[in-house]
Amino acid sequence: MQRPELIDARPVPRPSLWIWAGIVVLVAAAFIYDLFTNGNYRWDVVADHLFDPRVLSAVVWTLILTVGAMVLGITMAVTMAVMRMSTNPILRGVAWAYIWFFRGTPIFTQLIFWGLFVVLWPTITLGIPFGPELFSVDSNVFYTPALFAIIGLGLNEGAYLSEIVRAGLNSVDKGQWEAATALGMKRSKTLWRIVMPQAMRVIVPPTGNETISMLKTTSLVLAVPVSLELQFVTNAIGNKAFLPIPLLIVAAIWYLFITSVLMVFQSRLERYYGKGFDDSEADRGKVKGMSKRQQAILASGTVHDDPNLEVTP
Amino acid sequence: MTTTPMVDIRGVHKFFGELHVLKGIDLQVQRGEVCVVLGPSGSGKSTLIRCINELEQISAGRLYVDGELMGLREEDGTLYRLSDEQIAKQRERVGMVFQRFNLFPHMTARENVMEAPRQVRGLRKDEAAKLADEQLARVGLSDRADHYPAQLSGGQQQRVAIARALAMEPELMLFDEPTSALDPELVGEVLGVMQELAASGMTMIVVTHEVGFAREVGDQVVFMDDGVIVERGEPRQVIDSPREQRTKDFFDKVL
Ligand SMILES: Nc1ncnc2c1ncn2[C@@H]1O[C@H](COP(=O)(O)OP(=O)(O)O)[C@@H](O)[C@H]1O
Ligand SMILES: [Mg+2]
Repeated sequence: MQRPELIDARPVPRPSLWIWAGIVVLVAAAFIYDLFTNGNYRWDVVADHLFDPRVLSAVVWTLILTVGAMVLGITMAVTMAVMRMSTNPILRGVAWAYIWFFRGTPIFTQLIFWGLFVVLWPTITLGIPFGPELFSVDSNVFYTPALFAIIGLGLNEGAYLSEIVRAGLNSVDKGQWEAATALGMKRSKTLWRIVMPQAMRVIVPPTGNETISMLKTTSLVLAVPVSLELQFVTNAIGNKAFLPIPLLIVAAIWYLFITSVLMVFQSRLERYYGKGFDDSEADRGKVKGMSKRQQAILASGTVHDDPNLEVTP
Repeated sequence: MTTTPMVDIRGVHKFFGELHVLKGIDLQVQRGEVCVVLGPSGSGKSTLIRCINELEQISAGRLYVDGELMGLREEDGTLYRLSDEQIAKQRERVGMVFQRFNLFPHMTARENVMEAPRQVRGLRKDEAAKLADEQLARVGLSDRADHYPAQLSGGQQQRVAIARALAMEPELMLFDEPTSALDPELVGEVLGVMQELAASGMTMIVVTHEVGFAREVGDQVVFMDDGVIVERGEPRQVIDSPREQRTKDFFDKVL
């Protein structure tokens, strides 16, 4: 058979594309020029302080706060999401109230509150309300600002994440619950082994974003007050030396570096939880490999179930 | 000597809110028997078999599997609901195969089959893997053990689903339109596996539109319409010379 002559047509001209590209290049060039020539950046000071022990310690504290808050946040989120799906109305109510409260007040307010924990509750008493006291402890014994900063950030985060977790759990086909249930698996086993791994696909991307966001939210813990993290420390050093700009740049570089590492980690996780869902060669064009959206379209009955129906009798 | 039927359904009703879906079902399925349930869409076939393994709670009547009252305990004339754990225990003896396979997509075929033996029966990993390979061989899929569901055809997926149910060594298998989601050329392989299973003596309740299967494999055919059993009996009698007009109308349409 003779090869057909392939179409080789000119694309539609897009002059606006070139104009925009030109503007972007000009602005970028101006910015780079400024970075090199503007003495106010004081790159020498930036270099001196990038690995300053105080800065490094602040980086570590920022990471501790971020990780601690996310661990607590994820734990709370899963607990609350599961409680909201419970058949027990009290558990559902508690979860609803938690989310309502922690989403409804600013994180800054909450952090100040946690800082005042000892003022509000000088002693913690275990006992029966209006009844006898069993056990009592002075709050100062366990109060540490960093711990309460983590609790404050974590509880706030949990309220946001629980909605993400709930959306993830709801995204999993009801048939998965039924299949596991029909095999005699208990609810908790079904949740952890069958539903959650599939929900992760929906949960991981926004949780990654939340982690990156948390990294920066840790700068608010001065409300507790905690003065160990990166933003506060670099700001303090900068103010003392009358060089705020280079120290801000130091902070920005570290935040960008950690964010970049987190992004790599996030994309790894996303790929991991996508396993088993990818369309394989053999699968292409068949119902099973289709996206949820496509399946929903099919299920709505507005399209033919079988595209071959008309040609195969 | 009378033997206890494998499934004994007595006067079962099911309401979804105000919707009366099962209107007094009586049905006995003997050990080793294959009971095929036919009927138009929306007649309550799925609801009936979902009640048997307690995916739905019955609203009235009694349902026994192998003589054991399902979902309830009756003592001195008072009924008590069973706990989730007790119900899960009862379900272990009943395997179920769904129209849409419902394989666990994040697990390979072998892992799908291993899951319940490991998590429910507490088998060791090597024991469960051996069992899974036996069951996959039984449905002719030994060479697909390491494939994920998305890498299998619909017919293969449904056969894995059958293997998965069989791995719990159930006494009763329920099938809810196991071939309805399949491309026509893949229906045969699934029906073939089911036929072998029937020949091996498994007690089965099969909801299907495959009249040929009902005729060939069924010991008893039940025709349901609008929440009641309209007619039941020998496959050939019910399908080829029905007594009831509603049954006749249905088979006139599908045959
Ligand atoms: N979970 C449910 N909630 C409310 N109505 C339901 C539910 N499941 C089934 N139904 C209704 O019960 C009737 C019987 O359904 P089903 O048992 O699925 O019929 P079949 O399997 O014979 O097509 C239908 O009218 C259906 O809409
Ligand atoms: Mg049905």
